[in-house]
Amino acid sequence: MLSNFVETDVVIIGAGPCGLFAVFELGLLDLKCHLIDILDRPGGQCAELYPEKPIYDIPGLPEVSGQGLVDNLLKQIEPFAPEFHFGEMVTEIERTEDGAFRVRTDTGTALLAKVVVIAAGGGSFQPKRPPIAGIENYEQKSVFYSVRRMEDFRDHHLVVVGGGDSALDWTLNLQPLAKSVTLIHRRPEFRAAPDSVNKMFSLQERGEILFEQGQVSALKGENGHLESITVKGPNGEVDIACTRLLPFFGLTMKLGPVAEWGLNLEENLVTVDTEKFQTSEPGIFAIGDINYYPGKLKLILSGFHEAALMAQAAKRIVNPDARVVFQYTTSSSSLQKKLGVI
Amino acid sequence: MAKITFIAPDDTRYDVEAETGSTVMEAAVRNGVPGIEAECGGACACATCHVYVDPEWQEVTGEPEAMEEDMLDFAYDVRPNSRLSCQIRISEALNGLVVNLPERQA
Repeated sequence: MLSNFVETDVVIIGAGPCGLFAVFELGLLDLKCHLIDILDRPGGQCAELYPEKPIYDIPGLPEVSGQGLVDNLLKQIEPFAPEFHFGEMVTEIERTEDGAFRVRTDTGTALLAKVVVIAAGGGSFQPKRPPIAGIENYEQKSVFYSVRRMEDFRDHHLVVVGGGDSALDWTLNLQPLAKSVTLIHRRPEFRAAPDSVNKMFSLQERGEILFEQGQVSALKGENGHLESITVKGPNGEVDIACTRLLPFFGLTMKLGPVAEWGLNLEENLVTVDTEKFQTSEPGIFAIGDINYYPGKLKLILSGFHEAALMAQAAKRIVNPDARVVFQYTTSSSSLQKKLGVI
Repeated sequence: MAKITFIAPDDTRYDVEAETGSTVMEAAVRNGVPGIEAECGGACACATCHVYVDPEWQEVTGEPEAMEEDMLDFAYDVRPNSRLSCQIRISEALNGLVVNLPERQA
């Protein structure tokens, strides 16, 4: 059974700046890392929320953009060849008989690691639930926030809400399958790629989809089965009959499955000690915005410091018999060899 | 400095002093005005600091820029006077500004 698991020293949950820098600190100690992130690319909040915004408090970098910092970190950890698993969420961490961890994701990735590092920031990015009264009663029955199987929408009267790429892409992709498609957006301008917007308008001209300007204000239907929605637009309210709704209202951060791993938490943050940044479960560490200890500051630089100390403790778990010699990258030829600079 | 008034949906008024150069969102957060979540910390990357600018002040605060309009798509019950308060910068001209808080943030 264990043959299905990919073995590694450390699994890092979250590929934001702290997760990435942890690869560096662990790599200097010869520990091999796999990173898992729910987003489709590295960088976490830096890449998702503020790629263009300048950051001014990274030591030694007077000004760097969110994406710039991520690019630099990726370059810095290149010598350690970490393996990335994007678009996946860790659902399960289970301790093995010999004290290692089996880590599974929602897409079936299975890893076996001696150490787990939670560097999940504000939690996992998940689709935002639009604040429409009672919407939770329809979720996964007739309201969906993502398309897992296109077949689920065949022969349905579909309403897609939003003006971004997800909304436009799914309007176009599901139009051939659905019985009818109505796109709803609060204004006539779209932030989606102009090509998709043009395609959508030409389908609308041919009468193959409907576009309605406005905001969804109410849902109707019994037992989670949607029958119609009310749309408040510039010319008042209209009811649109539909059996499937796909609202795209961006992403928000949720702690998610981290809360179910039996770790001590304080206000949705994982409590750690300040020597090793270890959680209440030996071998599971938490660094960056997701952890809590007295005096904690949610700064990227604090997460970097936490990564360095965590790595020392992780090394002792992975190689309990190894003698750990403290070394500087400026003078240690062994570290410089690992970095590929000599 | 400028005096800013936030009015909650239940008509509770919050009068706060805001520093020139800061934002309406920061003024709310610093003074503990409830209903401004500012999840992204002011990066114009969420829509949880949504306010309605009092119609008398709309001309002074101006129109949202394209990026802010894009984010307003994610807000709840967006109206012609909707703004993201992290994008309204405080100047002396805004002394006395009145904004209304929405019933909820997205």
